[in-house]
Amino acid sequence: MKEFKILAVIMALVGITYYGIEPYAHSVMHPEVAAADFSFNDLHNVDTKLVGNVENGKTLVEANCIACHAIDAAGHPAVMSNADAAASYGVVPPDLSHAGRIYDANYLANFIFDPVSAMHLQHKFSPDSGKTFPMPSYNWMAPQDIVDIVAYLKSVAVKVTDDKEGHKATFEAACGRCHNMKYAGFEATTPVDVIKAHMGATPPDLSQYIKSRGEHYLHSFINDPQILLHGTSMPRVGLNEKAQEDVIAYMEEIGDSKKAERNSLGIWVMGYMVIFAFLAYLWKRKIWEEVH
Amino acid sequence: MAEFKKAGSMLEWFDQRLGVINFTKVMMTEYWIPKNINFLWAMGVLLTMLFTMLLVSGIFLLMYYKPDVNMAFDSVNYTIMQEVAYGWLFRHIHAVGASVVFLIIYIHMFTGIYYGSYKKGREMIWISGMLLFMLFSAEGFSGYMLPWGQMSYWAAYVITEIFGGIPFIGDELVVWIRGNFYVADATLTRFFMLHVLLIPLAILGAIVFHFYSLRFPHVNNEKGEFFDFEAEEKKYLAGDKKGSKVIPFWPVFLSKDVFVMGVFLIFFFYLVFFHYSFAMDPINFDKADGLKTPAHIYPEWYFLWSYEVLRGWFFEIAGISGKSLGLMAFGFANVIFLLIPWLDRSPLVKPANQRPMFKYWFWLMIADLMVLTEFGKLPPTGPNAWVGFGASLTFLVLFLSLPIITKMESKKKAGGK
Ligand code: HEC
Ligand code: HEC
Ligand code: HEM
Repeated sequence: MKEFKILAVIMALVGITYYGIEPYAHSVMHPEVAAADFSFNDLHNVDTKLVGNVENGKTLVEANCIACHAIDAAGHPAVMSNADAAASYGVVPPDLSHAGRIYDANYLANFIFDPVSAMHLQHKFSPDSGKTFPMPSYNWMAPQDIVDIVAYLKSVAVKVTDDKEGHKATFEAACGRCHNMKYAGFEATTPVDVIKAHMGATPPDLSQYIKSRGEHYLHSFINDPQILLHGTSMPRVGLNEKAQEDVIAYMEEIGDSKKAERNSLGIWVMGYMVIFAFLAYLWKRKIWEEVH
Repeated sequence: MAEFKKAGSMLEWFDQRLGVINFTKVMMTEYWIPKNINFLWAMGVLLTMLFTMLLVSGIFLLMYYKPDVNMAFDSVNYTIMQEVAYGWLFRHIHAVGASVVFLIIYIHMFTGIYYGSYKKGREMIWISGMLLFMLFSAEGFSGYMLPWGQMSYWAAYVITEIFGGIPFIGDELVVWIRGNFYVADATLTRFFMLHVLLIPLAILGAIVFHFYSLRFPHVNNEKGEFFDFEAEEKKYLAGDKKGSKVIPFWPVFLSKDVFVMGVFLIFFFYLVFFHYSFAMDPINFDKADGLKTPAHIYPEWYFLWSYEVLRGWFFEIAGISGKSLGLMAFGFANVIFLLIPWLDRSPLVKPANQRPMFKYWFWLMIADLMVLTEFGKLPPTGPNAWVGFGASLTFLVLFLSLPIITKMESKKKAGGK
């Protein structure tokens, strides 16, 4: 039929144009990147096959870490207010109550051994740059001791539910020292201008980043920011796969809170239109019978 | 004053006062349309419907939108999208509608060119249609600024900057348009006014004018045939509905349009609910930041072809800078469609495929516009810049040669098949 031929021509032309300016143009502007690596294979200063000793870990953490970090879950409050901690360190040291749950164990051990290389921030904090990273390297510790610390942190880690509350806790533990989430009423523990002075870049408010960057980008970016944004001050935070999914889920729950409503209503509206079109067709046929 | 008889029915009551019976005849049941038309003639009704949807969804957005650089972004992305019940639906309908309306405008326009519906008495239809195209372009451009995202800001910056290329008054003109030396709060508030008041008003007027301009020449048909409308009307009214070449606007013409509308709306709502990022660019969900230029700046898809005509001229020719050449080409591109009724020198009103030379011109033009659109989006580097230049040049050549081609065509065969 002729009308179908016309429709086919239009659909082909529109389809080609659409393909060119959307999927194709995006693939040119944002080339594919390597898949996220949740085993943090590039880090091997600490042999994480060793079996950790929680008791020894506890002793080491209490001796080394709680001077800076709160661990609410183990009854260690913060020693300073956030404002003072921000002023002293540039970034407020995070509460470690969730550390054993959210960080990949290999990453965490290697982070304690040498934070800067684990975070891929050598370009920001190197002897030549004159800037020192606020957390010391524990590269003088025996690997066994570091593994013990990790084991301890795992043992005290708070369990969370797999819902918005849990996702929120993960987000705040992992990103909350730097990023605001305005649409959730959340303010980073470190004031923005302090971070900017310390890191040379302002961490953006993440309320709409699920929309502006999309899940795909975030998946790769959070895992290793340097790949997509070479030279950025955003650290690799070393989340395990589950924790990263929780963070992204939270960003979606805050940034795109109507997604479920949109998807379910969409089906109904489209169904309604199908029925409408069908009835309209019957009506048209009836009317045109008289004139054809 | 005339004597009023007591009305026997409500219809009669209104008819006495407003002449509704006659009005319905003139506007609907005895407004005649040729019978041999295809679904491409339903685009006008689709456009009217889309404009109505934009108007209604726009009014809802207007209840919560705040035209202020500090509040605009959150009023759209938080208040409207997440707090107000179904605010997201209105925004999606508005944004997707604003994009899809251009798809339909382009189909409508190229249908007109394909069937030669702009000549032999139909010039005013074409002109009023182009007026609508320009008004919609201004409406789309001003609306895109309102959410005050990165692309809002930078597209506004780049497009207003274009006027700076106009000799002598350019720099002052840019400041005059922006209301400031850079794109700022004053720019947002004035574009807000244009977007919600002045341009929609002008569009309403232009739509009425467009419809009125259809009355005397009547719409064209699939064969470009001219016939005696009055005789055909009489035939129809006398009961020879099958033999008559015309149909009334209501219910015959509209019954088909309503069906086309139904099919279109399935597609439209699919886009609204499930596939909207082509109309709501992800980058625009980053708040405007005048200090942070995005890696790629591009206008909405419907401006890409003219943007590429502008961008294609990237080097100096005969002492004239690429920028000036681009600007001239851009000016040309923006007025040339308006002049089509006079560029086509052939008196023939026929579908393009039945015209020996015009058919090549038509499909070449479509292909060129597609290339321009594509390369208007891609980064203008390396070979892309040259393809852009080639396509931009082709565009100029195509339109400059149209009078010659159509003149030759009308000489070649005074009669045709
Ligand atoms: C001198 C203070 C200080 C001490 C001591 C310290 N930290 Fe930190 N730690 C920090 C600061 C500041 C940060 C935040 C750094 C940043 O994000 O730039 C941090 C970050 C962390 C993180 C987050 C890493 C990530 O990928 O997001 C972990 C885990 C951590 N510290 C564990 C420890 C452990 C375990 C110890 C003890 C062995 C320790 N810290 C001792 C200051 C300290
Ligand atoms: C120690 C501070 C710090 C932490 C912790 C941190 N970020 Fe960032 N982040 C930054 C800074 C600084 C930037 C800005 C980087 C730039 O502009 O180069 C940034 C930028 C970003 C960006 C923007 C990237 C882009 O494309 O522009 C995203 C998304 C992001 N961070 C997500 C996260 C998430 C998710 C987390 C938690 C898992 C997190 N960040 C934890 C400091 C941090
Ligand atoms: C005539 C056709 C119209 C077109 C082509 C159009 C186009 C647009 C576009 C492209 C946007 C930005 C979309 C987005 O990113 O969200 C927008 C936003 C907006 N429009 Fe329109 N519009 C039209 C009519 C109207 C009318 C008639 C009104 C109200 C009287 C209106 C009110 C608004 C408001 C308040 C916004 C800002 C909210 C938002 O960005 O979502 N629009 N328009």
